[in-house]
Amino acid sequence: MADKKIEIKDLTLVFGKDKNTALKMLDEGFTIQEIRKKTGLAVGVNNISIDIEEGEMFVIVGLSGSGKSSLIRCMNMLNVPTRGELLIDGENIVDYGKDQLRELRRHKVAMVFQHFGLLSHRTVLHNVQFGLEVQNIDETQRKKKALEAIELVGLSGWEDYFPRQLSGGMKQRVGLARALTNEPEILLMDEPFSALDPLIRREMQKELLSIEDYMDKTIVFITHDMNEAFRLGDRVALLKDGELIQVGKPRDFFENPANDYVEAFIEDVDKSRILRVKTIMNKPEIVAVKGQNREEVVRKLSDAELEYCYVTDNKGNLIGYVELEKLMNNQMETIDKFIETNYKEINRNAFLSDVWTKLSESDVEVAVTDKRNRLRGIISHEDVAKALS
Amino acid sequence: MIDFPDFLRFEISEPIDAIVTWMIKNWDVFFGGVSSFILTIFNGVESALNIIPWWFYIIGLFVVGWRLYNVRTGITLSLMLTSIGLFGLWDLMIYTLVIVIISVIVSILLGLPAGIIMAKFKTAKKIMMPILDAMQTMPSFVYLLPAVMFFGFGRVPAIIATTTYAIAPLIRLTYLGISTVNKEVIEAGKSFGSTPMQMLFKIEFPQSLSSIMTGVNQTTMMAMAMVVISSMIGAEGIGGEVLISINRLEVGRGFQAGLAIVFLAIILDRVLQGSAKKLRERT
Repeated sequence: MADKKIEIKDLTLVFGKDKNTALKMLDEGFTIQEIRKKTGLAVGVNNISIDIEEGEMFVIVGLSGSGKSSLIRCMNMLNVPTRGELLIDGENIVDYGKDQLRELRRHKVAMVFQHFGLLSHRTVLHNVQFGLEVQNIDETQRKKKALEAIELVGLSGWEDYFPRQLSGGMKQRVGLARALTNEPEILLMDEPFSALDPLIRREMQKELLSIEDYMDKTIVFITHDMNEAFRLGDRVALLKDGELIQVGKPRDFFENPANDYVEAFIEDVDKSRILRVKTIMNKPEIVAVKGQNREEVVRKLSDAELEYCYVTDNKGNLIGYVELEKLMNNQMETIDKFIETNYKEINRNAFLSDVWTKLSESDVEVAVTDKRNRLRGIISHEDVAKALS
Repeated sequence: MIDFPDFLRFEISEPIDAIVTWMIKNWDVFFGGVSSFILTIFNGVESALNIIPWWFYIIGLFVVGWRLYNVRTGITLSLMLTSIGLFGLWDLMIYTLVIVIISVIVSILLGLPAGIIMAKFKTAKKIMMPILDAMQTMPSFVYLLPAVMFFGFGRVPAIIATTTYAIAPLIRLTYLGISTVNKEVIEAGKSFGSTPMQMLFKIEFPQSLSSIMTGVNQTTMMAMAMVVISSMIGAEGIGGEVLISINRLEVGRGFQAGLAIVFLAIILDRVLQGSAKKLRERT
């Protein structure tokens, strides 16, 4: 289990002056609509608790007015929670003073906005540099980092253009590059692709996944589009009227929908096209490392009653697999001579519809890797069949 | 029963007179200081403008008009300026220009911070808004009175009256610009950990520059209008020329001076609007 990066504990957010009245009414069991009618106060988030793990892509989905944008703004304190705690790396940021909050925003959390939030009076380069400029980092350094980020999002050559000269998709690339330049640990994305047309949106989703694939950032992504949510999310939280309806891996929503609302929400979704390998895959029970003692691997495999396992180098990069049968009955010191390389691998962000052919060509489970070729998991016929059934 | 009853009287004119007399008596040093300070600036700006030869103004204006718009506008503007000279009003025009320039600069120095404070603090806004409304509905003559009382006749009260009359739109538009910066842009600035000062100078101010420039333009136009009226309290300049013509019923002379004022106003307006547009295009 990965570490918890963000812990949201009983978080409630009320907009308006007389927040305590709203809190009291919530405790007495009034609904959000009733509170709005009686007092005019808007409850954005109602008693939500969620843990977000380090390195995961966490998607919050809901219709407009469900409180998803209000919730994500609590994570960098653009909205100040009325009650409850919000822990990042174990520290409650609700209690942060001005300076601590500024440090958090400068170094740990960056945000991408629905309508881009670009500075119209600055070029692409100077927009991307903004976060570093605020930190008073010197010109050459910040230019270097900004250019790296611009290249990463595929905008090289556009540095000196102004936002109004760019298309929507390109503007959002600038927004993304600006957030990445800060090298944040957490990336908050508030409906970043909702303002883009469908084709561009698909393309941006793909690119976000590929960027995420080798950056290992914790990403909190907001959307109102169920397909987008399941397509991108390692885990998904569904919000309605400021309340958490269900949270879990995309497959959980299909296997155990929490209620009728969830069922209605996922009705029109083609699972094989939105479920990704990494949300279905399993962690391998045993992974051998190149140069490992032969007998040790034999013992482990026999204990686990497995016939083979994948082998990585000492950096976790996949190099092949070894079979128990071949490892037994010989005098070799290590397993190196027995490593087979005719395995099949698939990127962890591939969709289930892509994995079928590879599974049918392979006798063993398919290895799941990331962009750096690190072994992330394994996936079998049964896993896929079960997820799609 | 038709007339307002005589016994119902509550006049505030007397206490006001008393206060003013008291202030003049006791704050003599203050008014004297302000007066000589403004005079120094006036003389400085005036001699600076007088160093530049007349043909330089005309050629310079042509170049500016050409760069900001096109050759035709350049020619038109410099022709207007030339005709002011041909009317024999060149020196008076420089004099008027000095008052306008000083008023606009003072307006910017005071108006920008005032507008920013209004946008930042609700209480300031609540206090300032009605004052600005009153200032903009008050007849321009009224501004002459306090200026005359405290500073007598001449260029100093003219500058003060002009500034107080002209500053309102700049404050209002600065406030408007800063408080209508796109919400997401503000959020973006905050989310990267900007300090309030960084927010102001890196985001809010540049984002509202176009609105502020409109304010500067309006302020200049109002100053232009007021400087003519200020001739009644002893400011010379083209306005004084109009006043003399009214007193002597010299229609031709008055029309000529009026035309010169219109030309000067058009020139200032074109140049400012053109620069604002260029600025907007660049940003």
